[in-house]
Amino acid sequence: MRASPIRWLSAEVLQIAAETPRVKTIRLAVPGWRKHLPGQHVDVRLTAEDGYQAQRSYSIASPPEEDGIALTVERLEDGEVSTFLTGELRAGDQIELRGPLGGYFTWTVERGGPLALVAGGSGVVPLMAMVRHRAAQASHIPMHLLCSWRSADDVIYRDELALLAARGDGLDVTHTLTRGAPAGWRGYTRRIDREMLLEILTGPDARPIAYVCGPTPMVESTATLLVSLGHAPERIWTERFGPTGGGS
Amino acid sequence: MITRGFKSTRLRGDPSRVPPGQYVTNDFPVLSAGPTPRTPLDAWSFGLRDVHENELATWRWKDLLALPSSTVTVDIHCVTKWSKLDTQWKGVTIDALLEAAGLAPPTPYLTAFCDGGYTTNLALEDLLDGRGLVAYEYDGAPIEPEHGGPARLLVPHLYFWKSSKWVRGLAFMEDNEPGFWETHGYHLRGDPWKEERYAGD
Repeated sequence: MRASPIRWLSAEVLQIAAETPRVKTIRLAVPGWRKHLPGQHVDVRLTAEDGYQAQRSYSIASPPEEDGIALTVERLEDGEVSTFLTGELRAGDQIELRGPLGGYFTWTVERGGPLALVAGGSGVVPLMAMVRHRAAQASHIPMHLLCSWRSADDVIYRDELALLAARGDGLDVTHTLTRGAPAGWRGYTRRIDREMLLEILTGPDARPIAYVCGPTPMVESTATLLVSLGHAPERIWTERFGPTGGGS
Repeated sequence: MITRGFKSTRLRGDPSRVPPGQYVTNDFPVLSAGPTPRTPLDAWSFGLRDVHENELATWRWKDLLALPSSTVTVDIHCVTKWSKLDTQWKGVTIDALLEAAGLAPPTPYLTAFCDGGYTTNLALEDLLDGRGLVAYEYDGAPIEPEHGGPARLLVPHLYFWKSSKWVRGLAFMEDNEPGFWETHGYHLRGDPWKEERYAGD
């Protein structure tokens, strides 16, 4: 049996919005798009006039309930694709992409909960698709989202997350700032540690499904801490952004 | 399709060494689906199993280290687009394991099984003639757990997910049944030079 190939599609940029000085969300219309699962990604392919091509993977930020897809891209200083997407790309431009890709780091309401989501920086993007999917389904599955950021200026989706959490339907959102907080900040101001996971997340007795996404050291330490707290390794799903790896 | 305004800003890799769609990195990024398993070396073993999951041969950690070793310098290519050139690994070839076990391969396919429950499928011919290694050193030092230590498979001519981390053995199979990543949409073989990234490529 041979699966049919996942074709390259031509996507049109509808809108580009700044999330932070280094992060933008790109809304795309993708004719021929097959609905994705929250947590999946696309491969983007750029072609220069001399034929040179570059490909990178980006997580989908939007839920399957929305038309088209949204990618949230962080600019990396040495990233030729991310600097193009966040710097040069304009509404009306066309880019090539294919997907949806990646079948393991996914969640839908049918899978149930409770959920323990832990993000480091732009690792929040695939988790945001899960948050938005849950909201679009009017689900009350308990979901805790713990996000670690360098500073308050780096927080992505802050207003939307605050609005969704204010619904009181079982979504809790906690931010921690690891490199200094503004005056009046009452939240955590340190890296994710054992005490924070104990305080924020549903304990292992309730057998939550955990999704952890971010830079490798953060994912490595968080997943190890979760196991040491008694969470079942087979219920912990990880997605790691290496120093130049996926999401660059 | 030309992308308006896109120009390459990276030094391009040698096209004879860097497969299509890949870029060269000096880092060593990490990709895995779950927490890093940590099996103590005194509880570790590597097994060869037949199609019925019976053990044909087993090596404990110190037995594996006592087998004839090979050191190779190879380029590795991850399906997430990075390639790393001239990486050095030490381990035991699959040929050497079969010879030590006195085994003739009974089937044309194998599944690598690993701590954490991962599996990946491989054709026998992709593992023989020095093409496959059970590696236990990277760059002259024990392989770190997040990079697959204590031992990982090394099959550098295929995308790097085929070089399973935390490998604990190989089981022969009659048919080429997909493993963990292959079940989740990745290609059954994964030749980077043919860009066999996803099922159907």
